[in-house]
Amino acid sequence: MPISRRRLLTTGGGLALAGGLAAACGSNTGREDSGSRSQLSQWYHQYGEAGTEPAVRRYAKAYKNADVRVQWRPGNYDQQTAAALLTDSGPDVFEVNGPTLDQIRGGQIVDLTDLVQGVKDDFHPAALAPKTHDGRIWAVPQVIDTQVLYYRRSLLDKAGVKPPRTLDELVDAAKKLTDARTKGLFLGNDGGAGVLGGTPLHAAGLSLVTADGKVGFDDPAAARTLGKIRRLYADKSLLLGAPADWSDPSALVQGLTAMQWSGLWALPQIKKALGDDFGVLPFPSDGPSGRPAVPVGAYGSAVSARSRRKAAAKAYVKWLWVERTDFQQDFALSYGFHIPARVSLAKKADRLRSGAAADIVRFTVDHGYAQPLLWTVASQTAYQDALSRIIKDGADPDRELKAAVRTTGAELRRVKKTS
Amino acid sequence: MAPGAATPASPRPARQRNRTLWFWIFVGPFAAGLILFTYVPLAWSVYLSFFDAHNTVSPTDFVGLDNYTAMLGDPSFRAALLTFAVFTAFIVPATYALSLGLALAVNRLRFAQAFFRSVFFLPTACSYVVAALVWKLSIFNGVRFGLANTVLGWFGADQIAWLSTTDPPWYWLVIVTVRLWLQAGFYMVLFLAGLQRVPPQLYEAAAVDGARPGWQTFRYITFPALRATSVAVVLLLVIGAFQAFDEFYNLLSDARGYPPYARPPLVYLYYTALGQGQNLGLGSAGAVILALIIAVVTVAQARWFGLGGKDEKAV
Repeated sequence: MPISRRRLLTTGGGLALAGGLAAACGSNTGREDSGSRSQLSQWYHQYGEAGTEPAVRRYAKAYKNADVRVQWRPGNYDQQTAAALLTDSGPDVFEVNGPTLDQIRGGQIVDLTDLVQGVKDDFHPAALAPKTHDGRIWAVPQVIDTQVLYYRRSLLDKAGVKPPRTLDELVDAAKKLTDARTKGLFLGNDGGAGVLGGTPLHAAGLSLVTADGKVGFDDPAAARTLGKIRRLYADKSLLLGAPADWSDPSALVQGLTAMQWSGLWALPQIKKALGDDFGVLPFPSDGPSGRPAVPVGAYGSAVSARSRRKAAAKAYVKWLWVERTDFQQDFALSYGFHIPARVSLAKKADRLRSGAAADIVRFTVDHGYAQPLLWTVASQTAYQDALSRIIKDGADPDRELKAAVRTTGAELRRVKKTS
Repeated sequence: MAPGAATPASPRPARQRNRTLWFWIFVGPFAAGLILFTYVPLAWSVYLSFFDAHNTVSPTDFVGLDNYTAMLGDPSFRAALLTFAVFTAFIVPATYALSLGLALAVNRLRFAQAFFRSVFFLPTACSYVVAALVWKLSIFNGVRFGLANTVLGWFGADQIAWLSTTDPPWYWLVIVTVRLWLQAGFYMVLFLAGLQRVPPQLYEAAAVDGARPGWQTFRYITFPALRATSVAVVLLLVIGAFQAFDEFYNLLSDARGYPPYARPPLVYLYYTALGQGQNLGLGSAGAVILALIIAVVTVAQARWFGLGGKDEKAV
């Protein structure tokens, strides 16, 4: 039968209309099983441990009230999220290594205080403190990560060195442990300027920012302590230029160094490679007011203020990081090695009850400190630059710290002015 | 209207209209892209530089020139400008000399010329990021099994932490060699093209006049004949030095930041504006200052070479 032009156009138009209606009803969105559920985008930074990515995808799939799409993001994750929060195309839910005070004050993330009501006291205080501002909670802590000093028992025994309990002992031990093939200590390829941060200050009984919001290292003890880190460098006791940096235990495992500052996450790898031939220590104390220091960090789950599905995003965060304690335990301990952010979960975990893991948990409870929210990026850059010049260039610690104190003071005035 | 009067006039506007239409069909999308992705962000950046813009691109707190005075008073930014000046002062003449030397050597080859051209040109195809990581992890890592340290070990020398020591500043050797390796081949090709445009009669006339081949011929014939190529090469090298970011960032940064030494302005502004700092007002002020410096240097350089002047035609 010949088809007239009018009939063809009518038929084509009808098909197009039917297709359009079908798409509008959500049957052709290109996504599986979305139905009428909210669609949430969740970002994670790329974890080094195998199995973490499938695990978080499994958690997302188990959530029935929304279609959660996980993005696993390699590269400079903190910078990616900071930039994405300026746009409408960022995540609804995301991991945050913070958040920063400017992110909170800039209205970039959502207040999550109500999500942790009733279980707030179950979160480790050092994990919750950096996520709390003006009494409100801006991210739900996922896990606790901490850093400690790993040492090879056999190498220390061979050199007749005891595990160092003070900074002076650490300097001496590193020197004695250094020979043509092995260095005494690895604090990262930059000599420790980046990873140590405020740890030596806490070891000297000081802090980056005091509890009442003042510069915490405007004190001669700070210059004295940082001068000792310089001694490590000047003695040629520090391993520098290793192919993998401090966060990876390769340098210790390969025998490039006798002691290494690294994270809790490195423990399974070190145990597998060295068996019982290693021990852990907090950063050793320095001076009469000193105390051992263990930095504590916690990735948390936050909700973007630009999300169009804030209520659904908050409900998902509550489900995953407050209610589903089984997933939280699995996430912390089944792939990498982290301390669950919930104290009750950490106490129940068998893997944290013995050996070096138990020591690290004890150090975290006894000596853990978190980077305060008032410690802004500008203050951190100024302090790290000063530390780098002290360590590598032998710059006068007193003069360098005075400059960092000025920058930090100005930053504290800035953030207080508008808070 | 009489047909005879309309006929000669009407085809011309139609052709003109068609030309205009085709002009916009071809040029329009690119012009729109240029405006949207280059000029609007540039103008917005200048706007942001007058505001307190922490973690926002729509600020409301006007601060006048505060961001400019803060950036100019920041010793880290001034140090970054000095780093850039040192890098440019070294990399431009070094690349110029190396690429010209390679071009002269390859041009004189009687056999396998194409092979050697390709060998020297191939690194141009490698990305700065990949090359920087190869330099950092394989050749110039600071442990005993790094290539450079292995070679030093054969001669009984101590290991060197190439990127981690500031006294002596071995990191400059790493930064400069990676860029030389990557870009010398490209400029060699430009010089080869220039060399092939030099009339052979000039050399024949010089030989008749008693000029010795080698330095004398190069000094009085080849080098002056390459003036136009040299001007282009130097301009491209300076622009390339201004844009230095990839190799610095990948050689020296880590997850915790970037050391205070060898930090060029683009890296510093990246951390200020686009990193976790997200101080977009201050970063924008730095970008404007840097753009002005680049403009002044470029104009001064152009005048020094005589570009745009009455001598240009003679070049």
